Amino acid sequence: MNPDASTIAAGAPIEVDLSPVAEGQDIKVFWRGKPIYISHRTKKQIDEARAVPVASLPDPQSDEARVKSGHDQWLVVIGICTHLGCIPIAHEGNYDGFFCPCHGSQYDSSGRIRQGPAPANLAVPPYTFVSDTKIQIG
Amino acid sequence: MSGPSDYQPSNPALQWIERRLPILGLVHSSFVVYPTPRNLNYWWTFGAILSFMLGMQILTGVILAMHYTPHADLAFKSVELLVRDVNYGWLLRNMHACGASMFFFAVYVHMLRGLYYGSYKEPREVLWILGVIIYLLMMATGFMGYVLPWGQMSFWGATVITNLFSAIPYVGESIVTLLWGGYSVGNPTLNRFFSLHYLLPFLIAGVVVLHVWALHVAGQNNPDGVEPKTEKDTVPFTPHATIKDGFGVACFLLLYAWFIFYMPNYLGDADNYIPANPGVTPPHIVPEWYYLPFYAILRSIPNKLAGVIGMFSAIIVLVFLPWLDSAKTRSSKYRPLAKQFFWIFVAVCILLGYLGAQPPEGIYVIAGRVLTVCYFAYFLIVLPLLSRIETPRPVPNSISEAILAKSGKAVASVAVALVAAGALFLGSLQDARAEEGGTKPPGNSWSFAGPFGKYDRGALQRGLKVYKEVCSNCHGLSLIAFRNLGDPGGPGYSVAQVAAFASDYKIKDGPNDQGEMFERPGRAADYFPSPFPNEQAARAANGGAAPPDLSLITKARSYGRGFPMFIIDFFSQYQEQGPDYVAAVLQGFEDKVPEGVTIPEGSYYNKYFPGHAIKMPKPLSDGQVTFDDGSPTTVAQYAKDVTTFLMWTAEPHMEARKRLGFQVFIFLIIFAFLMYFTKKKVWADSH
Repeated sequence: MNPDASTIAAGAPIEVDLSPVAEGQDIKVFWRGKPIYISHRTKKQIDEARAVPVASLPDPQSDEARVKSGHDQWLVVIGICTHLGCIPIAHEGNYDGFFCPCHGSQYDSSGRIRQGPAPANLAVPPYTFVSDTKIQIG
Repeated sequence: MSGPSDYQPSNPALQWIERRLPILGLVHSSFVVYPTPRNLNYWWTFGAILSFMLGMQILTGVILAMHYTPHADLAFKSVELLVRDVNYGWLLRNMHACGASMFFFAVYVHMLRGLYYGSYKEPREVLWILGVIIYLLMMATGFMGYVLPWGQMSFWGATVITNLFSAIPYVGESIVTLLWGGYSVGNPTLNRFFSLHYLLPFLIAGVVVLHVWALHVAGQNNPDGVEPKTEKDTVPFTPHATIKDGFGVACFLLLYAWFIFYMPNYLGDADNYIPANPGVTPPHIVPEWYYLPFYAILRSIPNKLAGVIGMFSAIIVLVFLPWLDSAKTRSSKYRPLAKQFFWIFVAVCILLGYLGAQPPEGIYVIAGRVLTVCYFAYFLIVLPLLSRIETPRPVPNSISEAILAKSGKAVASVAVALVAAGALFLGSLQDARAEEGGTKPPGNSWSFAGPFGKYDRGALQRGLKVYKEVCSNCHGLSLIAFRNLGDPGGPGYSVAQVAAFASDYKIKDGPNDQGEMFERPGRAADYFPSPFPNEQAARAANGGAAPPDLSLITKARSYGRGFPMFIIDFFSQYQEQGPDYVAAVLQGFEDKVPEGVTIPEGSYYNKYFPGHAIKMPKPLSDGQVTFDDGSPTTVAQYAKDVTTFLMWTAEPHMEARKRLGFQVFIFLIIFAFLMYFTKKKVWADSH
C-alpha cells in the first residue's frame, strides 16, 4: 500500500524561477501535492526573525539554519501546519509570518512556531539554488 | 445459538434439511422460543433498531456504489449526478447519509443504556467488548464514507484525521504514507478509502453475529439487573420481543424519515458542497456530529501526541469498564449515587459535543479541558470509588417481584442533571453571542420552504433569465443540462422550448474526422457551458478570485444559526440558510464603506459577505433585466428570483422529495399505530 511508481515519479524535483517575486511578496507552488511557500522577505522580516533569542522558542532553531546562506531573503517552507495538516495563511498573525485558521497556530517570518498547538516549525523542503534566481525543490 | 434445539419442522422437506443442517432449529431457538426477560423497557429495542440500520446502510450503500466513481477528479460530480439522474438517487443518498447519523444516534442510546443498567458486568464482559469493537469499526467506516463525496470537508477531514497518526513516535510518518498512498491526501487515498468503506460494514456484520451469539449465551440483562430465575420471569422472544422491536423500529423510522425527506442537509456541512481543493483550507474544520465529543477532547489537550492518545483512550477506556466498575448491583435503578453521576456524564458528553463544533479559542478551550477531565474522571475515579462506598438500595428477588413493585421515581436526579447541563450550556452561549456580532442575512418567505413547499414556476423562469443575462457572464452552472429545464418540478419548459433554448448556445464538440474541435448549436442533453475554460482563466480574468460555479451555491453557503436556533430549526424544518444568504449578498452592496472598515483595492463592500470585502462588483441594478410577466424589475425581485432558480439547480428533486415524504409519513404513522396495538394485544397477559 505504499505509493506506486507513477506517484513517486510525479514527485520528482521541480525548478522554480524566483525572478518575478518582488520583495515582500510570496508565491505558493505545489510539490508532491503539498503547497510550498516561497517568501521574498523584507529586511524587517529578516531582522525580526533574527532578533528572537533561539532558546525561547518552542522548537529552537535559528533563522540562519532555515535559509541558505547568501540567499537570506528567501524563505522556502512546506505550507502545512505541523499540528493537523491545514494550510496556514501567509502574512497573517502576530509574528509577520503565517497563521493557521484551523486551530490557531502562529508562525513567525522564519516559519517557526510561536504560539498555538502545533508542536514544530514549518518544515523546510530539500532545495538548492541552481542560480541566483532559480531553485530546485526536491 | 444457545445449545442444541429440539425443534422439529413438520414439513418433510424442511425435516430433510434440518437433519443435515440444523439452521431452522438455530433460528427457532435464538429468535422464537428464546426466553427474554419480561421487564425489558423500550431502551432494549435499540438492538433491533441497530440491526435494521446496518442492513439499511449495506443495502443503500451497495446500490450507491454502482453509480459512484472513486476518482479524485470525478467523485464529487458522480455523487451529484447520482442524486440528479439516477432513479430515486436522491432518496438513496439521503437514506445513506442520514442513515449514518441515525446509526450513530442509535448506537449512542444503546451504549448509554448498557452503561446505565450495568449490562457490561459479569457475565457479559465479552459481549460488551465486542460492542466496543463494533463501535470502533463504525467510526472508521463512517469517517471513510464521509471522505467519498470528495467535498471540501471530506478532503480536509481526511487530512486532519490521517495526520493524527503522524503523532505516533518513530512509525507515525510511515503509517500516514500507507494511509495516503502518496505524499498527501489524493486520488490513491480516495481509492483505498472506498475499498475499505465497502469492506468494513461486512466486518461489522460479522462482529454483530458474535455480539448476538454472546448475548444469547449470557442472556439479556434487564432494567432490574437480576437474572431470570423461573419461567415466570421470561417470555418467548417471538411474538413478544419481535413485535415490541417492530414497534420500536417503526417509531425510529419516523425520526429517520424526518431527516431523509424534510431536512437531509441539517446534519451535514455546507462546505461539503464545494469540491475538494488542496490549496484552500476551510476556515473551520468540523467533523460529523457523532465524532464531536472526541474531537473536543483532542483539541483540549495542548500537546499533539497527548491529544491523540487522549482521544483514543476516551474510547478504549470503555473496554476496561467491566473491571473499573466492580459494584455488585448491576442496574443504576438501585444505585442512588451512580444514577446521578450517570446523568452528569451524559451532560458532559453532550457539552463536549457542543464544544467540538466551536472554534478553539478563549473560554471554549478552558471549558473543553474541564469537561475532558470530567469525562475521564467518570470512568477512572467515580465508578471505581462508587463501587466501594455506595450503599445500593435492596434489589428485588426476581423479575416478577420487580414488576409487581413497579414505581416511577427516577425523576429528581434527572432534573438535577438537566438543570446543571442547561446552566453550563447557557453559560457558553453568552460567549457565542458576544463574539458573533456580524450581520445576519434577513429571513425571506420562500415558496419552497416547509413540508409542502413548491418552487414558484414564474420565479424559476425569471431567475433563469437573470442568470442567463447577468450571472452567466462569470459564473458556470456546470451540473445543469438544458433538458433539466423541462424536468417535472423545474421551470416547466416544454420539449420544444428546451430545444429552442439549447440551440441558442454554442457547444464545443469533437474531435471530428479531421481531428479538430468544432462548435455546434446546443442540444437538450448538453450542459450549460462555463464562461471560462478553467479555474486559472477564471481567476486571471477576475482579479484573482475565481467566480464559483452556481449549481450548488445555495447548498454550499450557509451561516451559523447558533444555539438555540439549531434546535428550533429541527422542528420548524428551516433549511433556507443558503438561499437567505445568497439573496442577502446580492442586495448587500453599499457604495459607502462604513467607518472603521477598510476594503482592499479591487474589492467591494458587502454587508453580508464574511469579511465584507467581496471581489464581485455589484451585479444587479434596477431595470437591468426585463420581465415579460410584468413583475417589478427591481434588485430585490431579481435577487429573489435568481435565488429561487439557484435553489432549484441545487435541489432539482425537492418537490418529489417532499411529496414522497408526506406519503411515507402517512404510511409510517398508521403502521406505527398498528404495531402498537398489536404489541399491546400480544403483551396483554404478560404485564
